[in-house]
Amino acid sequence: MAFGNVVALRNVDFEVGAGEIVGLIGDNGAGKSTLIKIVTGVLRPTSGRLYIRDQPVDPERYSVRRAHDLRIEAVHQEKSLADKQPLWRNLFVGRQITNRFGFIDVRRQKALANELLLEQIGFRGAGLDADSTVGDLSGGERQGIAIGRAMYFDADLIILDEPTVALALKEVQKVLDFVRRIKESGRACIYIEHNLAHVHELADRLVVLDRGEVVSVLKRGELTLGGLTRHLLELQEEREHAGG
Amino acid sequence: MAEPKRRRHWGEIEGLPILIVLLVIVGIFMITAPASFLGPRIYMSFLATVPPPLILGLGLTLVIAAGEIDLSFPSVVKMSGITFAMLTKFVAFPMDAGDDLIIEPGEARNLLPWLFVLAAVAVGAAIGFLNGVLVAVIGIPSIIATLAMLFVFEGVSLIVGSGQQYSLRGIDQYSVHAVLTGRIGPVPVQAIWGLAIAGVIWLILNRHRFGEHLLFIGDNQNVARVVGVNVEREKIKLFTLMGALGAIAGVLVTLENRNFYTTQGTGFLLIVMAAVFIGGTAITGGKGSVIGTLLGSYIVGCIEAGIVASGLGGYWTRLVVGLVFLAAVVFHLTMEDPKRLRRLAGFRLGGRLERRAAPSAQAPP
Repeated sequence: MAFGNVVALRNVDFEVGAGEIVGLIGDNGAGKSTLIKIVTGVLRPTSGRLYIRDQPVDPERYSVRRAHDLRIEAVHQEKSLADKQPLWRNLFVGRQITNRFGFIDVRRQKALANELLLEQIGFRGAGLDADSTVGDLSGGERQGIAIGRAMYFDADLIILDEPTVALALKEVQKVLDFVRRIKESGRACIYIEHNLAHVHELADRLVVLDRGEVVSVLKRGELTLGGLTRHLLELQEEREHAGG
Repeated sequence: MAEPKRRRHWGEIEGLPILIVLLVIVGIFMITAPASFLGPRIYMSFLATVPPPLILGLGLTLVIAAGEIDLSFPSVVKMSGITFAMLTKFVAFPMDAGDDLIIEPGEARNLLPWLFVLAAVAVGAAIGFLNGVLVAVIGIPSIIATLAMLFVFEGVSLIVGSGQQYSLRGIDQYSVHAVLTGRIGPVPVQAIWGLAIAGVIWLILNRHRFGEHLLFIGDNQNVARVVGVNVEREKIKLFTLMGALGAIAGVLVTLENRNFYTTQGTGFLLIVMAAVFIGGTAITGGKGSVIGTLLGSYIVGCIEAGIVASGLGGYWTRLVVGLVFLAAVVFHLTMEDPKRLRRLAGFRLGGRLERRAAPSAQAPP
């Protein structure tokens, strides 16, 4: 993947299996977000191949909509939901229930949104309904809604882009519970996280990105949390020496 | 167990507070200018003159809800007017007929001006499309791109028309005049067109996929992108629609006046902006009120006429409309975020407003 003369990603080769949480770690600028944008169809790669369910995907025709059709959903750090819009719009935007002239079936979307809030997310009696505005939700509730939306649309692969960033401790626990539920339901998950303790606890596999390349792949239990931190520091030093 | 239904606050009913403002203003003018405001004639005159700025305001409501702005519409009103006027004058009207000699239009000749209406709308849509490309593809901020286009097409209209006005005396013999700006009894037909277009725009903004995409683009462009909205394409569609609506407004003005004036549309910039913001469309994007714009347009029309009728004189209208415009923006911004008012006034409003502004910010004890 290149932006003009800058190559943001190269030799990034990794896979995600069903029922697996793959943690993606690396410093700012390592290329995590770019990689995620490619997988979710927001950006088009300049070269490379993408396989979904062992089928090659044509990058030229790949888009967010196509990713949705292939049941790939993303939860982005602070840009999954629009603040001023009610939940019934946020939950269905991009795949509205419409008639053939493009008019939205508001009543049906609201009914489904209320159902989703109760069943997927469990906001019973929290004073929230389909008409609530996103701006009135706490950070944890927002991530819950975004993850719940992904589950509702039966995603097979859910990508979480730093879902716990800037959240209070209690809210973080809620989000981590949501992540566990993704795995319990047999879906695959790519989990990007700065907080090593969170990924270490949840991920089945850890992929370490550095300056656009995969530099290490670790299995669950291969290293303790302390060991992981040391490993990452060592990798960084090695790379710095190699790079001069 | 069923959740208790959330009761809607009366202030949440779209347009109701603005309707009250309109009624209060009419009430005030009934006292200050009873001779005009207690009779029906002034209201019929509103119904004739408000629809063109209303139609512009409806388009602008979508543009502002999408977080953009269009300042070029006064020139679109000119361009569509001159397109329609020149084609009608030189093609539909007999070439050798002077202003005083009007020949009864025949069947085919009667249809010709309708083609020119389409041509005028196509010109407006093309200017809008160009705006859309400048903003969405080249990435020029819309305030700059459309400001430039305002000047460019004001210039083009002057060059094309040699800076002259074009009288369309006799156009009332044609069906186009009767259908677009005629009268049903005392009621000007354009008022009905304005209302119909308001209905369509309401449906687009509140019930259509396109409108929802505009709201998300205006709210947060990054969110719009990651949920799969084609931001560039929707913006081009938006500006093209705005251009077409501007052209319809231009044709209505020209037909109502039976004349193309080189200054037509110039005064619209202020009153259309004022109408949209009085109506409660968010200056920050992501929210638009079509009913608010409908009522806001009539509020502005009312203020303009009422000031003159109250004996203040025409020079005062711009000042008053400008002040009302500013007051409306301040009012809506403070409703959105009461902290602004506190910053401005330097005093606390008390707990109620604060809590309403940020219910999620309350930490558990």
